[in-house]
Amino acid sequence: MENYEPNSSFRSLRWGLHSSFSSYFHATHDTAVIERFSLLEDAAQLTPHGTTILALRFAEGVVMAGDRRATEGFSIANRTIEKVFSADDYSVVAIAGAAGPAIELVRLYQVELEHYEKIEGRRLSLDGKANRLGEMVRQHLPLAMQGLSVVPLFAGYDLSRKVGRIYKFDVTGGRYEDSDFYATGSGGTHARSYIKQNWHENLSRVEALEIVLGALIDAADEDVATGGPDLLRQIYPNISVVTGDGIKTVDDEEIAGIVDRHLASLRVRYTDEE
Amino acid sequence: MTTPFYVSPQQVLADKAEYARKGIARGRSIVICEVLEGILFIAENPMRTLHKVSEIYDRIAFAAVGRYNEFEALRVYGIRKADVTGYSYSRHDVTARSLAGTYAQQLGATFTHELKPWEVEILIAEVKDKNDPDSVNRLYRVTFDGQISDETGIITMGGAAEDLHVKATAHYEKDLSMSEAFCRIVQAMANHVSRPIKMADFEVAMLDFSLERRCFRRFDEAALTEIFGASQAEPERTGEEE
Repeated sequence: MENYEPNSSFRSLRWGLHSSFSSYFHATHDTAVIERFSLLEDAAQLTPHGTTILALRFAEGVVMAGDRRATEGFSIANRTIEKVFSADDYSVVAIAGAAGPAIELVRLYQVELEHYEKIEGRRLSLDGKANRLGEMVRQHLPLAMQGLSVVPLFAGYDLSRKVGRIYKFDVTGGRYEDSDFYATGSGGTHARSYIKQNWHENLSRVEALEIVLGALIDAADEDVATGGPDLLRQIYPNISVVTGDGIKTVDDEEIAGIVDRHLASLRVRYTDEE
Repeated sequence: MTTPFYVSPQQVLADKAEYARKGIARGRSIVICEVLEGILFIAENPMRTLHKVSEIYDRIAFAAVGRYNEFEALRVYGIRKADVTGYSYSRHDVTARSLAGTYAQQLGATFTHELKPWEVEILIAEVKDKNDPDSVNRLYRVTFDGQISDETGIITMGGAAEDLHVKATAHYEKDLSMSEAFCRIVQAMANHVSRPIKMADFEVAMLDFSLERRCFRRFDEAALTEIFGASQAEPERTGEEE
């Protein structure tokens, strides 16, 4: 039952973070269901797994992308899952790992940022947002120990430094800033090595999109759990571009054009090899 | 044993109401009106960051007059309630009607049970939904004693609100554009206080129903000067002064 006492707002002082939605929500609502999971030895099969996500910095900001596949063991659980979300107007978060808790984490995180912004009348700094996400990932540690690990990738445009920045996390909530690019999830290693071969300073937007799609196609080529562009059903990766002007999602038409060019060049290469 | 001093309930409530009314009347006024593009809020507020008008949720905003510390607590409470509702159910399930009802309960209970009533008057506005042709703007006024009313058109709150209401209503028509309504109301406010008011001293915000999701936006001094065409509103000279 909610507390309608006029002075209830002063109680928030005891919770420490006056402008945090998640602190308020956990203090006033029963969220103990998470602890009850500990009866299970391995909970990983309870929810589908999201696979490859990546982010890279380019001249005007950052690009973040994710494939569309979720798996349940050796089966495809979902062909159209979205793993890249807007966190607020200038930052994006992508998820890999246990889909159920990961999507819930993102939903809570989105409210967390908006809540802070409304109460304080200003946005959190990019470092502040990344820190907050790290703490929320840390709260998932008991679930991660059961096999339900949630590992987000966070990126945004730093309005004070005028630059795109990328943060990766580990299941303990450890937060590490990556200066140029990062990729994680089951196909992350392959995507990362592709980006490493092609990334350079001051990439244009189109060059950045070409690398992102090339990396996802490469990851899908090597990793069974990563879905490449589905030409039969016209399902393409989700890509968000964050610059000083905010977030823009790249439309399927543009992605399809780049994918077609990339596949054509691959076809030429493989034909020549034969 | 001495007999406890008796004060009738009527007297207690009348005294409290007078106390609250006086507190509210000390502050400057605020005008809220429906315009073509949504709902417009105009407050005379020289403070740059201590706002009288704020965003609560996607299509809901909060406007208040009276004691800052009291309505600030109500504002934060409203944001919490809206965010909890939206997170637990869905964004569509957050309504100004529900929020206004809660505020009315809270202010009513405080007015009856506490020694000091809250010296605030608030308005919860919800702009119509562009994706729902049947929706309309909703404006709920909640007073210090928990009275709630459903309003339309133009509303004034704060210092000498009734007098300002007469002046502002004379300038207001239904279906004015935001810029036209702004110019007319600002003029009425300057006339009302009989002194020039700088654009920098206005706090102006709008619930713009054409925006995606979060409809609340503020106007800065530069934008207001451009709309009004001058950096301050001069009171019009009346026949008597000449």
